[in-house]
This record gives sequence, C-alpha cells and structure tokens, in this order.
Amino acid sequence: MKPLTDKQLDSSIANMLRWGVAVAAAVVFLGGILSLRNPTTTVPGYVHFRPTPIPSLSEILHGAAHLDPSSIIQLGILLLIATPVLRVVFCIVGFARQRDKLYVFISATVLIILIYSLFRGGR
Amino acid sequence: MNLAAFTALLFGTSLLAGLLGALTGLGGGVVIVPALVLLFKVDLRYAIGASLISVIATSSGSAVAYIREGLSNIRIGMFLEVATTLGALLGAWLTARFSNHTIAVVFGVVLLYSAYSSYQSRSQQFVTSKPDPLAAKLQLTGTNPAATGDQPYNAQHVPLGFTIMFGAGTLSGLLGIGSGAVKVLAMDQIMKLPFKVSTTTSNFMIGVTAAASAGIYLHRGYINPTIAMPVMLGVLAGSLIGARILMKARVHTLKILFSIVIVALGFEMIYSGLTGKI
Repeated sequence: MKPLTDKQLDSSIANMLRWGVAVAAAVVFLGGILSLRNPTTTVPGYVHFRPTPIPSLSEILHGAAHLDPSSIIQLGILLLIATPVLRVVFCIVGFARQRDKLYVFISATVLIILIYSLFRGGR
Repeated sequence: MNLAAFTALLFGTSLLAGLLGALTGLGGGVVIVPALVLLFKVDLRYAIGASLISVIATSSGSAVAYIREGLSNIRIGMFLEVATTLGALLGAWLTARFSNHTIAVVFGVVLLYSAYSSYQSRSQQFVTSKPDPLAAKLQLTGTNPAATGDQPYNAQHVPLGFTIMFGAGTLSGLLGIGSGAVKVLAMDQIMKLPFKVSTTTSNFMIGVTAAASAGIYLHRGYINPTIAMPVMLGVLAGSLIGARILMKARVHTLKILFSIVIVALGFEMIYSGLTGKI
C-alpha cells in the first residue's frame, strides 16, 4: 500500500463523517415521523428525571425491525455516536500506513477510552 | 402538551439554538441546554443528554467544511483527545454525583466565560523559534498557509495545554456541551497555535470528546429519544444554515445581539441554580 498523506487521510475522514451524519439523521428523522403517527399523545413533561437506561443493541434492532419509533431513534443515535469512533479507527489505519507507531499507539489509546465508555460506562 | 406540539416547539427552538451557536462560534450546546431547562422545564439531565447528541451531530456535520480549509492538524487533535476523552469520562461520572443546582451554576459560569472569550482579541503572531522538546518528539508541528507563503508552527507549553484540555473534556462530559471555547483557549493562548488551526482542530475534537461521555449518558438514561430527536435534527439544521450565513455575510451586529442573549442565559442559569429552581 502507498503511504497516505495527512491530506488524503483528512478527506477520507471528512467523507465518512458526512455520510455517517447523513445516515444517522435520516434514521432519527424516520423514527421521528413514525412517532408522530399518534400526534395527540400527551407528553409526560420530563420535569423530573427518571433513569431509563438504553435497551441492549439486540432489543433496539428487534424494535427497529418492527418499526418501533423509539428503537429507530435510538438506532440513529447509536449510528451518530459511531461516526467519531470510526474517525479514530480511520486515523489508526492511516497512521499505520504511514508507519507512525507513536500515533498508532496514541489513537489506539483514544479508541480504548471510547470503547470503555460505550460498553462499561454505566458502572 | 401533546406530542406534535412538543416536537414542533422543540425543533424550532433547537433550530434557533443551532443558528445562534454557529453565528457566535460557541456551538449549539451552550444555547440548547438553558433553553430546554428554562423554557421547557425539562430536567437538566435530559437537557444535557439531548444537547450532547446534537454536539456530536454538529461536529461531524461541519467537519467537511473545516477540512476543506486544510488547516486542522490531526496529530495535535489526536494527541489532545487523550486528555479530552479522559476528562469527558470524569465529567460524565461527576454529573451523576452533582446536584442539578450545582451543575446549573457551573453551566452559567461557563456560558459567561464563553461569551467573554468570543470577544478576546486574537494575536496572529505565533512562535516559530524555540520548539518545545516534547512538541518535537510528539510531532506537534505543522504549516499554516499564509499570504507570505507557508508559515511553520509548533506547539508550546504542551503539558499545560494537555492539562487544560483535560479540563475542557471534563466540562464537556459534565455539561453536555462541546466546550469549544476552552479547547480554543488551550490551543490558541497556551500552546500558541495559529488561531485558525486551533478552531478547526477544536471542531474535530469536539465529536470524539462528546462520544466518550455519550456512552455513559446512554447507560444512565440521560438520552431520551422523544427529546433528543427534535433537538439533534434542529440543532444540526440550524448550525448548517448558520455556517452558510457566515460565509456570505458579515454578522457583527447579530453577533453582539446574540452574545447579550448568551450572557442573559448565563445569569439566569446561575440565579436558577442558586435559588434551587432547577
């Protein structure tokens, strides 16, 4: 593989981010439209915080497959959170192709912190 | 309130917040949280959860325009993200331990600082002589295209910059904002990087920093789909429109007007926090 310039890495990241956000926004929008099928539902108000942790990924996917609006919005939110995580992955690959070991290590550290938050963050 | 009205009002407010955030350069998060809490009486935790999602959307969505300028420095950004993501974990952890009153007061202070910092004069001179030995080792250098040809730059005071970035990450995780103002402070004022490099690199870092607290927010249930949906779409749309306006028009008067709004929101947050209304 040819070594990658920082500029090329930048533009591949930019494209990924643009598509990531566009897809995530479209999914959230779809969920929003579906949730408005019953527009006269009363909104609970949200004046007091009631902790309701996000369902597991398989529950979200199952719900989304059955066109459950909340699950679709949550899926879109997960896709959105994935875009900056993917950006870090792109950087690791890019730095590896430049044989920049120091920055492969630094980017991998950031990725581990992100993965820790996503998978173990509740504890 | 019924769902259609709630969603429409939230979307409209978020659109305005995104527009305001883009035109002042402060980001949508610092506007949407007080708007949700003060106008919609939504619990602060739902507000910062929805805001954090909109921050990720805005950062990733506007990255394309920033990258086109070719000024962001991916190495400096990645190195400092170690500090901001660790800070974000601490901030998100603290959110569960602080009361809403405390968070509201801290939020108000950050709002006031942000408004103040957007009026600081920017020195366009940067040091090219003595490279910080740590900066050289970590390749925290680059070139800035200027009228007089490419100007090389390198980072100064790396340990202090890294420490302030940790603080910026903590604020981001605690308040659900991008804390771009503090990130720019660390890069522009402390590390003496060119201002344009600081702002574009900061925008890039905001999304990754926010993703680090987003995981914790999801597990804690701060991110409610009914609130996050219109907020994310509204702030994203507003900030993209704002960026377009910025490219076409000079918005000095508008900027002053919006800064007054931000200062007012800051005082209102501090007052509401101190009197226990939030």
